[in-house]
Amino acid sequence: MIESRLNRTLCLLLIGVASFTSLLPIVLAVMNAFKTTLEITTDPLAPPHQLHWENFSGAWKNAALGPSLLHSAEVAALTIILVCVTAAPCAYVLARQQGRFWRFLTFYFMASITVPVQLYLYPLYFVFAKLGLVNSIPAVALIYTAMFSPFSIFLLRTYVLAIPYALEEAAQVDGATPWQKFFYVILPMMRPGLLTVAIIAGLNAWNEFVIAVTFLQNDSNVTAIVKFYNLTGQYSTDWGGMLAAAVIIVLPVVLVFVLLQRRFIDGMTAGAVKS
Amino acid sequence: MWVFALPALLINVCIILIPALLTLAAAFFFWDGVGTPVWAGLANFQSLFEDPVFWSALSNNFIWTAIFLIVPMCLALVMAAALMIAPYSRIVVQSIIFLPRILAAAVTGRIFQGMIFSPVTGLVGWFNAHGFSVSDPLADPDRSLYAVAAVDIWHWWGFLAVVFFAAMRQISIDQIEAARLDGAGFFALLRHVLLPGIRPTLALMMILTVIWSFQVFEFIYIVTQGGPAYGSEVLATLAYRHAFLESDVGKATAAACVMSLFGLCATAAYLWLQSRDGARAA
Repeated sequence: MIESRLNRTLCLLLIGVASFTSLLPIVLAVMNAFKTTLEITTDPLAPPHQLHWENFSGAWKNAALGPSLLHSAEVAALTIILVCVTAAPCAYVLARQQGRFWRFLTFYFMASITVPVQLYLYPLYFVFAKLGLVNSIPAVALIYTAMFSPFSIFLLRTYVLAIPYALEEAAQVDGATPWQKFFYVILPMMRPGLLTVAIIAGLNAWNEFVIAVTFLQNDSNVTAIVKFYNLTGQYSTDWGGMLAAAVIIVLPVVLVFVLLQRRFIDGMTAGAVKS
Repeated sequence: MWVFALPALLINVCIILIPALLTLAAAFFFWDGVGTPVWAGLANFQSLFEDPVFWSALSNNFIWTAIFLIVPMCLALVMAAALMIAPYSRIVVQSIIFLPRILAAAVTGRIFQGMIFSPVTGLVGWFNAHGFSVSDPLADPDRSLYAVAAVDIWHWWGFLAVVFFAAMRQISIDQIEAARLDGAGFFALLRHVLLPGIRPTLALMMILTVIWSFQVFEFIYIVTQGGPAYGSEVLATLAYRHAFLESDVGKATAAACVMSLFGLCATAAYLWLQSRDGARAA
């Protein structure tokens, strides 16, 4: 099959070009993070002559990246906890209850996935400002919880639907209350789903921009993303330092991705693939 | 049983539903965000419709929608089909093209500004130094929207390819083999077997693309802030500018309402598709 061989070669070529394009900006960023500004402007495509680690220590110290990374971690951890705690029981009842009220609730959560941030951002900001909740990390985590939990509910709901109802019935016969059924039967079987939800909620909270940049304005409690955004601009001059900061911020995410890539990819594409 | 749903519902209502209703209301008031709102009737909408920037922002949203319905979709379909045919390294390739999706928009935006578009430190500068004349697209009002779209496509298309690939793998192997034995080439296979096989997924992603295209904000705000000369302004950046830079929350919320209205049709389609599916799963 000559044609097939041609096809395969073309496919491999395509895959090669695609991988190259996806990696090029990342490779350029990492490579130039080790160069001086002069080296970068002379030839951005040349590999570094020697590794300028001082870009990283400079970014860490001058930009005070340490505390802002801590804030990012706080926001992400708080969001993960809130999303898991609120979405898991909700997913359970949405999967098991029938009737008009529950159908409406399912519909409501589904609709809230597509609501643009802009439709609630402005009143939310000015009300939070009145209540003194601007510049508060827990308040930001609460907003993220509202944003990310509908998706999490639907992801967890599919896990509940996969649990045989007979298991619950058995527990019911033994006299288990709904809470006991949830804690001892459903929750243990939901665990892989919860891990996926935690990863995605954590990633989104770590990377989120609009809410963070609007609600965290005080330099002493911004997340790493906001810090990075405020420090850099189109007319930055210290590109070496900026790229080093970018590498530091992205590194934890990439490490988790490399370790758990299957779960990352399956979780993020869940709901998008229809059978 | 409703107690189980209460915490999630309460947070959702307080953060999303009530503020969204307040946005609808605020569009009919003059309000700077701090003082007492004053009834405005349709004045905010009127001033919005008289603003030429609003119309160029709206048309930019339509351009954005068209670009994203075509470019990433085609790239992702071809790539997913290529992955179906390529015999090896699927997992590694999938991870590589997925990688841009997990990078923060702020970081991606800055990397493209510095390493790709900058005439001093980027690829554009390198081309200029090597005898090709290319100018910085971000400095050009006619091209800045497309330059930002390129950044977002880079970030997005690989994810889409992985989604389509996952959907294509659910198509029965026999069907694909039969088509191959009949002598179907790459594009014939894509068109007559793979594409029809993933139609539900394709429809969902297209609807989501329309919804997201009317909400697009992050990359534009980070890379160009809607400039230069409002060249890349979309409804979301226009609303944000009015709310926080010009203290005209009335006009901002009016713009947010218009923007949501355009997404609404796509949202209706999305809900129809999803609830039909949900009913089947339950």
